[in-house]
Amino acid sequence: MAVLETANSAVPVRRRTAGLWTDALYRLTRNKAAILGGTLVILLVLMAIFAAQISPYSYSEQDRNQTDAVPTWMTALFPTIKPYAKLSGQFPLGADYVGRDLLTRIIYGTQISLSVALVGPLIALLVGTVYGLISGFFAGRADNLMMRFVDIMYAFPTMLLIILMMAFFRTSFAESEPGTFAYAMNAIDRRFGGMLFIFIGIGITAWMGTARLARGQVLSLREQEFTLAARAMGAGNGRIIFRHLLPNVLGPLVITVTLAIPGYIATEAFLSFIGLGVNPPTPSWGSMISDGAQAIRTYPHQAILPALALSITMFAFNFLGDGLRDALDPRLRGVQ
Amino acid sequence: MGRYIMRRLMWMLLVLFLISLITFAMEHAVPGGPFDREKKLPAEIIANLEERYHLDEPYWKQYALYLYDVLVPRITRQKPTSMAEETMINVKLGGNYYLRWMNFGPSYTSRSRTVNDIIREQLPVSIQLGLISMLIALVIGLPMGILAALKQNTILDYLGMSVAIFGVSVPVVAMGPVLVWIFGVTLRWLPPTGWGAKPPYLLFFIPRGIFSWGFWRYAIMPAFAVGTGFSAIIARLSRASLLQVIHEDYIRTARAKGLSERVVMVRHALRNSLIPVVTILGPMFAAVLTGLFVVESVFGIPGLGKYFITSITNRDYPVIMGTILLYAIFVVIANVVVDITYAWLDPRIRYE
Repeated sequence: MAVLETANSAVPVRRRTAGLWTDALYRLTRNKAAILGGTLVILLVLMAIFAAQISPYSYSEQDRNQTDAVPTWMTALFPTIKPYAKLSGQFPLGADYVGRDLLTRIIYGTQISLSVALVGPLIALLVGTVYGLISGFFAGRADNLMMRFVDIMYAFPTMLLIILMMAFFRTSFAESEPGTFAYAMNAIDRRFGGMLFIFIGIGITAWMGTARLARGQVLSLREQEFTLAARAMGAGNGRIIFRHLLPNVLGPLVITVTLAIPGYIATEAFLSFIGLGVNPPTPSWGSMISDGAQAIRTYPHQAILPALALSITMFAFNFLGDGLRDALDPRLRGVQ
Repeated sequence: MGRYIMRRLMWMLLVLFLISLITFAMEHAVPGGPFDREKKLPAEIIANLEERYHLDEPYWKQYALYLYDVLVPRITRQKPTSMAEETMINVKLGGNYYLRWMNFGPSYTSRSRTVNDIIREQLPVSIQLGLISMLIALVIGLPMGILAALKQNTILDYLGMSVAIFGVSVPVVAMGPVLVWIFGVTLRWLPPTGWGAKPPYLLFFIPRGIFSWGFWRYAIMPAFAVGTGFSAIIARLSRASLLQVIHEDYIRTARAKGLSERVVMVRHALRNSLIPVVTILGPMFAAVLTGLFVVESVFGIPGLGKYFITSITNRDYPVIMGTILLYAIFVVIANVVVDITYAWLDPRIRYE
């Protein structure tokens, strides 16, 4: 960070000029909503990492004697269940329809949602940026071809594509013969806790936006003088792409990708809701809401509590994303 | 303009072709045939059924037959004789002639209904719910966004944008059960499940009770569950767009010409600011469809989405594939219509 001394003033003023990221950080920390969102995200991450330590039970352990158990304070919040509720102090938030602890399942649910929130943008950034960089840098026939491909994929209704793929993965791969490619993929998927196919599904639809954006940025940046200067100094293609173009492209990309995170979380919840997400008994908020929706008239808390958890998570990421976007907005630089 | 439309239509055909190809390939890559029952059927019967449904032909021929069934309208003279020939659109043209179109094939799990029957009975419900949801999204979102932009940085603006953040952050899977709990279970103002209309429908989707409370009391909650998310998106978008337009030079020119503020706003600012909102209607349509899956399941509405989900659980592939294909057709057509409307509204797009 350089220190700038301004002349022409009665009192010499030393003002620090800040780079893009320092300036952005400064503005981000001034944004109360973003701080709130960021704190919540950190809390959720901690919850996900230490899920096994902080949850009272196991997420798959069923207690058939205590199905639909309800703690006493819950009847005050949900007064309609008073006449028939089975009161039990054993579960902090109650039990679901086969006797699994709701609090544990909600805590483990953060793992699923946060892993999607992490992997989705990762794939979008890695695949999309590289694709867009290459396509934009080698403009011309290669660029044309690559962008045609992206256009075709863009025209697909992505939700339907994801549903189709997940339906395919969850059925054919699950019932495949040992020794085939499908069986091996299924085994890998189980190692990932059932998340591999969801990652693939979300990844396939996530990279296109970043690719287009990166390409657009590169197309405009490659005409600027600093690329010419680098070329004149003897930099090869790779060096120019990764050392000069990439850092300048990253800003808007990071914003777009962070703003898309709540979308990925919602997609995963949706897939789990319709039965194409993680396999039971792995708890995902979407599948918990689906189970709870069956009992919404009798035990509404079984659906409301995961819905609350989902909404709070998305709120947190939305606030953080909005704050990041406002912080990195170049038009607001130097304006407090 | 004509060239733009041609290009869009060609993209549409390409995408539909690809989707049908992928759908068909996936359907046949999955193990399990249509006639696997608990008790194995005798071999001759299986052979007969396979011949009737063309399952013993090579794949490319089956695909060609499937496309032919779905895409080509036929005019025939005899009444439909069997389930295999039952088509979705079956219009009597007078005399003994029938126009038949779109045959999606039999259902693997339902013995008495074909995919066409299912679609015919349940698609209108989904269309009704979808249209009402989009209506609610526009009716709530547009005024909110426009007001927020006109009264920028006042309490109205902050209120509107807070509601918008709320709407964007609560997905349909969460909104549905919450609404059911609040209005259906606790307050008991609205029925938590069910739908207020039965076939036959006018013009394929208009229910007979459309102006009665009996229909709307079932429709309000699910439509809100789907619509609030999109109304938030529309509000944010229209606000940002109107804010941008208001600062443009041509608005200043219009005012300088002496036009009344109202004319400046409505005829120049508003119209131009609505263009981004139109662009977003295409993807929004697709998203409403997926939102319908959720609400139909949560609210127990007999629409196509709910059946789609049950068919996924039951592994009923023709229904899955047929529904996906149908939805894809809708979405792609909607996108093309939106693109054409957008090009008509904004001449700069036509010459890309």
